Amino acid sequence: MTGSRIRLRFSKHGKVRFTSHRDVARIWERSLRRAAVPVVYSAGFSPRPRIAFGLALPTGYSSDAEYLDAEIDPAWMAGIDNERLVGALTASLPTGMTALAAAGIASGEPSLQHAVTSCTWRIDAAGADATEASDAVSRAMDGSELLVQRERKGRVTIDDIRPAVHAVEVQGNITDGVRLIAELATQPRAVRPAELLASLRPPLSLLRACRLHQWITTDAGERSEPLAVSELSVVGAGVEP
Amino acid sequence: MSSLWHRLEPLLPQVSKPARYIGAEDGMRVPHHGPGVVSWLLTYPDTYEIGLPNQGLQILYEILNERPDAAAERAYAPWGDLEALMRAEGLPLFSLDTHRPAPLFDVIAFNLSAELIYTNVLNCIDLAGVAVRAASRHDSDPLIGAGGHCTYNPEPLADFLDFAVLGDGEEAVGDITAVVADWKASGRPGGRSGVLRALARVPGVYVPSMYEVTYDGARLVAVEPRHPDVPAVVEKRTVADLADWPYPKQQLVPLTEVVHDRLNVEVFRGCTRGCRFCQAGMITRPVRERPAEQVRTMVGEGLRRTGYDEVALTSLSTADFSGIERVVADTVNDAGCSQVSVSLPSLRVDAFTVGIAAQIQRARRTGLTFAPEAGTWRMRQVINKLITNDDLYSAVESAYSQGWRRTKLYFLTGLPTETDSDTLAIAELARNCVALGRTHTRSPSVTVSVGGFVPKPFTPFQWFGQNTVVELRRKIGLLRDDLRRARGVQLKWHDPAASLAEGLASRGDRRVGAVIEHVWRHGGTFQEWSEHFDLDRWQSAAEACGVDIDAYVHRHRTFDEVLPWDHLSAGLHKDFLWQDWRDALNEVGLEDCRWTPCYDCGACTGYGIEHVVASAVPPAGGSQGTGVDLSRGGEIPVRLLERSPEAERMGRDPATGASEAVARAARERSEQERETPRVGESDSHAPARRQPVGAAR
Repeated sequence: MTGSRIRLRFSKHGKVRFTSHRDVARIWERSLRRAAVPVVYSAGFSPRPRIAFGLALPTGYSSDAEYLDAEIDPAWMAGIDNERLVGALTASLPTGMTALAAAGIASGEPSLQHAVTSCTWRIDAAGADATEASDAVSRAMDGSELLVQRERKGRVTIDDIRPAVHAVEVQGNITDGVRLIAELATQPRAVRPAELLASLRPPLSLLRACRLHQWITTDAGERSEPLAVSELSVVGAGVEP
Repeated sequence: MSSLWHRLEPLLPQVSKPARYIGAEDGMRVPHHGPGVVSWLLTYPDTYEIGLPNQGLQILYEILNERPDAAAERAYAPWGDLEALMRAEGLPLFSLDTHRPAPLFDVIAFNLSAELIYTNVLNCIDLAGVAVRAASRHDSDPLIGAGGHCTYNPEPLADFLDFAVLGDGEEAVGDITAVVADWKASGRPGGRSGVLRALARVPGVYVPSMYEVTYDGARLVAVEPRHPDVPAVVEKRTVADLADWPYPKQQLVPLTEVVHDRLNVEVFRGCTRGCRFCQAGMITRPVRERPAEQVRTMVGEGLRRTGYDEVALTSLSTADFSGIERVVADTVNDAGCSQVSVSLPSLRVDAFTVGIAAQIQRARRTGLTFAPEAGTWRMRQVINKLITNDDLYSAVESAYSQGWRRTKLYFLTGLPTETDSDTLAIAELARNCVALGRTHTRSPSVTVSVGGFVPKPFTPFQWFGQNTVVELRRKIGLLRDDLRRARGVQLKWHDPAASLAEGLASRGDRRVGAVIEHVWRHGGTFQEWSEHFDLDRWQSAAEACGVDIDAYVHRHRTFDEVLPWDHLSAGLHKDFLWQDWRDALNEVGLEDCRWTPCYDCGACTGYGIEHVVASAVPPAGGSQGTGVDLSRGGEIPVRLLERSPEAERMGRDPATGASEAVARAARERSEQERETPRVGESDSHAPARRQPVGAAR
């Protein structure tokens, strides 16, 4: 059976942020069953629920902008009230995970993995105050390249992440460090906040990171979220429990 | 509130799998600590992934938290990376529920389900900031307790435990709570030894420090109470009826992947198949079935609440549950959703069982696992695993014909009286299974998994001298050579090195404690994990402590010697076990007493309880050792070669009518049976009391 596609946005905060991407997938499978949402299963030898998750959130990071697409029994989908669904799902999710929005999407819509081009992060870092951090960020943004070293399949490679760093703003001091807001590209690969901090001179160390938005940018340069939620609910969800 | 979370949180990004330290599972209870409340830290001394699914711990967690005078939280052993950080930061062991420091609890209770985790117990006690040796503890330190199957011989841990509980914990934890609450409320009279003295009087509770051990050189002479009010023999606890204990009511749903990540519903406890190598089957008698209706409710509600798509009907042999077919069918149908799968963790070896498996595994027919345990019928009579080769072949044939392509066969090696031809028969069985499979599928595969046998306390094999590591390796080598060119057969084995440590801990006395401590102090934690196990460490520890491994592990023991667990009781008469050991050596099988007359092993009669089974006849399946086709069910009585004093006295003569002597013995016994009123006969809730089926016909 082909199902109707539904897109869900959810947040992840507090203790539960230490669960992995795989853990979150399993949590969702169970939560959808608990909320009695009839997810369509794949055919074949080992049927799996048809749920597609977007970009993996690094373990330990929190988020106000996680997404999944699920295929749902079309008959059931026809009668649902999105707000009630969101409430029912939140009740089925573990403490710290909240469903924020739901909407049906066209079957031809590209997958989250393909569609999302960048993310906005709130990054708390240690190792500098706001002034020092601003200087480091300015130097980085003014430079032509921003090199990070990373290990991939046992081989050390040097990447230039400068093209992937769309914007960085130093918001100011916090009790244990400094807060940055950064927009980082996800294509061709997703650059992590920790990599950005490591690329600065002097490097900063990551305290906390929270994904605030995921963005889809069209060829024409228009930017939108896969599923927008009202300003109010994002602010509400962003409070660390 | 004293939570360590704010100190733990910054460490978590630095460790592997941090989700195993966060708690926050669905089903987690919010504990109410306070004056008048006894706080328990239920600790599984292995990783969260292994420990969380443990049903025993979860049952006690709920029962304690339902009591107004108790609060229970959980802890698991931190992996090495976090442990190093904790020690560096001065962080003690903590609970997952509220991240409360372990030293703040009144009781730290360990689940002991395997001997190789003993060194982790010491490590956890140490991480809790408590002296590992009970004698060095302060009045303010938590009481260190233990439960689980290994407590039937807690002697190797005796110096480290304040108390151990034998048998079912459901009622015992309440009794212990009451004693500790009373002691706290009345100003802790007598200090630590005061409460331990009181605990020693609780049935099922063993307080090692209240017993004096006498040795004569290497020989153990006696373990005797130091005080007149301390029982000479500690009897196990047994809950009479599982229907009274529908736990866990809210199984914990972990946020991260664990083993057995599914709903688990215990359908019965205890097993009287009588496999002589199996400690679980001996110490958990009698059989207590959960009413089918309660099983259905627990499955239905459990699936809805947890969101799991898999439920395991657990027991020591689930195909033996009365009316198992019906329960399975209802489970699959009740679930309302075709995606729910049911698993039966321990399949019986017969075609009937495969039929049930076919009913529930409509999809995902990948592999089926059977445990014939031994290669020859002779050997299986010795161990009382009464399945014939034909039973196995019909099970395997049935599996391949119904779409399975892989079977896995579990075997033990190093069994009493085992010869090389018994060992090599394993290879023969495997080859025959592949041949059977080939008639149904092009490339059938049979995986043979071989484990080294470790004799356990309170089994008929408790007197048997375990095979040496060298001998076990040689036997596995025989199989490997023989199967080298066998197409479709994969041989898997664990290196038997760990069986030596397991054997030492399983049948050791108090002097073995020093070895365990030595291994722990030299870095030997997580010994169940093969990458952490090092036989040299155990051997050098034994040497350093002057412990003769051969004497504990490899030596055959005699009837008249004092066993380290003789002052403890699983209800089984020592005479019964010895007779069963003689029967084993005489290759005499013993039928399942659930459906046939009582042998008076002691597990029922000693405690005034009895089997709770819904059906008076054996379930369908296999020959059950009779050589008769019983596939339609228990219409034909189970009748095996029975224990016969005559046969033993005469020595076994295969030519003469051993079975005649046996039949006579059975007749005599059945007459006795009818005359002797049975204890607990009038139990109102015992459904469909069995009749002496085997003897009456």
